[in-house]
Amino acid sequence: MGLVFVLLAGFVLAALGAGLLAPADPLRQSLLMRLRPPGSGTATLYYPLGTDDLGRDLLSRILFGARASLAVATLSVSVSLLVGTSLGLLAGWVGGWVSAVIMRLVDSMLSIPAILLAVLTVAVLGPSFFNLVLVLGLTRWPRYTRVAYAQTLQVAVLPYIRAAEMAGCSAPRIMLRHILPNIAGPLMVVATGEFGLMILFEAGLSFLGLGIQPPYPSWGSIMSVGRQYVARAWWLTVFPGACLFVLVLCINVCGDWLRDRVDPRSQGRG
Amino acid sequence: MRHLAGRVGQAAVAIFGVLTIVFFVMRLSGDPTLLLVPEGASAEQIAALRHALGFDRPLWVQYLGYIRDLARLDLGQSLVQRASVAGIVAERIPYTVALAAGALVVALGVGIPAGIAMAVWRGRWVERALAGLVLAGQSLPTFWTGILLILLFGVQLGWLPTSGADGVQALVLPSIALGAVTMASFARMTRIAVLDELSRDYVAAARARGLSRAAAVRRHVLRNAAIPVVTIAALEVGNLLAGAVIVETVFAWPGIGQLAIQAIAARDFLVVQSVVLFVSAVYIGINLLADLAYAWIDPRIRAAR
Repeated sequence: MGLVFVLLAGFVLAALGAGLLAPADPLRQSLLMRLRPPGSGTATLYYPLGTDDLGRDLLSRILFGARASLAVATLSVSVSLLVGTSLGLLAGWVGGWVSAVIMRLVDSMLSIPAILLAVLTVAVLGPSFFNLVLVLGLTRWPRYTRVAYAQTLQVAVLPYIRAAEMAGCSAPRIMLRHILPNIAGPLMVVATGEFGLMILFEAGLSFLGLGIQPPYPSWGSIMSVGRQYVARAWWLTVFPGACLFVLVLCINVCGDWLRDRVDPRSQGRG
Repeated sequence: MRHLAGRVGQAAVAIFGVLTIVFFVMRLSGDPTLLLVPEGASAEQIAALRHALGFDRPLWVQYLGYIRDLARLDLGQSLVQRASVAGIVAERIPYTVALAAGALVVALGVGIPAGIAMAVWRGRWVERALAGLVLAGQSLPTFWTGILLILLFGVQLGWLPTSGADGVQALVLPSIALGAVTMASFARMTRIAVLDELSRDYVAAARARGLSRAAAVRRHVLRNAAIPVVTIAALEVGNLLAGAVIVETVFAWPGIGQLAIQAIAARDFLVVQSVVLFVSAVYIGINLLADLAYAWIDPRIRAAR
């Protein structure tokens, strides 16, 4: 676990400090230095991880790519967590036709494979950083709604909620002050899993040309260039992919760890 | 029977919900006509097309027309390729089905034995080693696995083709890339199912009758553990179809995923819409079948209804 947290902290620092750590400007092209292997350089510039098809420094692009990746994931998880939890609480507490409508919408949303819904929506709206966050946030809320709904139903029948009701608490107050803190654990477990998934989605959409737009660096778009030059420049695929893999792996390990803490019954269960 | 009717009704509601969501997503940009016209069309051409396609009618009239067309399985005409959208999509379906089947073979073939091994040798090094593998499989970006496979087997060793759809050998690498993630979830599910069954009384009874542990697992446990695994397998088929979007792009495999991405570049949005509708319909259909099969295989569920 220690190693995992150190690695995660490393990624966050790399993303935040990309401007200080990067040896070169990630957008600066140098057509004489196209597709140079790792370790090459000139008298004035050294490229530890090589260069891409436009002669840009790969290490710098990977560092700034970490920033794009974590920014998109953090923002979209926040949006979907907020939307999904609110709807789940509402459906669980109010019940009746409100919950029927919300939960049928959830079923339908979950029937559309998420990556396809994201591809369609980004394609319609046009790719940009803002649209990417919006689309990922607004297509991924149903998972939180399902968990929040089920948990709210369980908590809502407990005596302390009845007591709060009889004490004259308003519905919003009961939902936010009394129910929410008691269902936060399972929601955080979902959010951790989703965080890893959002990082994969951002990279996947950018790989398809629907995410972060060139010339700005994203691990996915660097790898789509790497696919083109797969026979000539392995470093364009191997390094950003390895970062992506290690980051998502660390997040998934954290998710498993968190789930065991939140729900001790699940301990050791896959 | 009541269970059956209930599940079919739920699936119908889900399909209807999907149609509605896709309808509104297509109108998110404000004017869907702009999604369908070729680059550089004049204002008069756009207005004419808007009228021809009925986008100048009130939203609810458009919606009813859309539902009516889909009920007749009319997906519209592609303005880019000047052919029926249904035909364009249908042509690509066999490729995606072949890829998903290949990935399923990889996922089942590796995931289920791995899951059984993890359960049977619980707490030993076997489980720890496989658990690491499963966690890694879950975190692998399919396009990265894909390109690494191309790099190793296509470029370095030259054993397998790096792209295209010539023959069965072209299917090998994309199937592995796509199947790796699903393999991980099969292994997890199988492990849990087998562990659950191993703790049942009938296993102890079988052992008391003198059956070896291996025989008890083979004859009794695996059969019972198969039920939940079959259901999960069905759910994963939908994910495989969706994952094909990226894998097909990496390997230039001519399935519906590649078609969708090409259609976006060509601004052929009815094709994109149809691919999304098709995959979602298959996903809902398979879920329904899995649910019914589950009830049919397990007499306890049948009796409870």
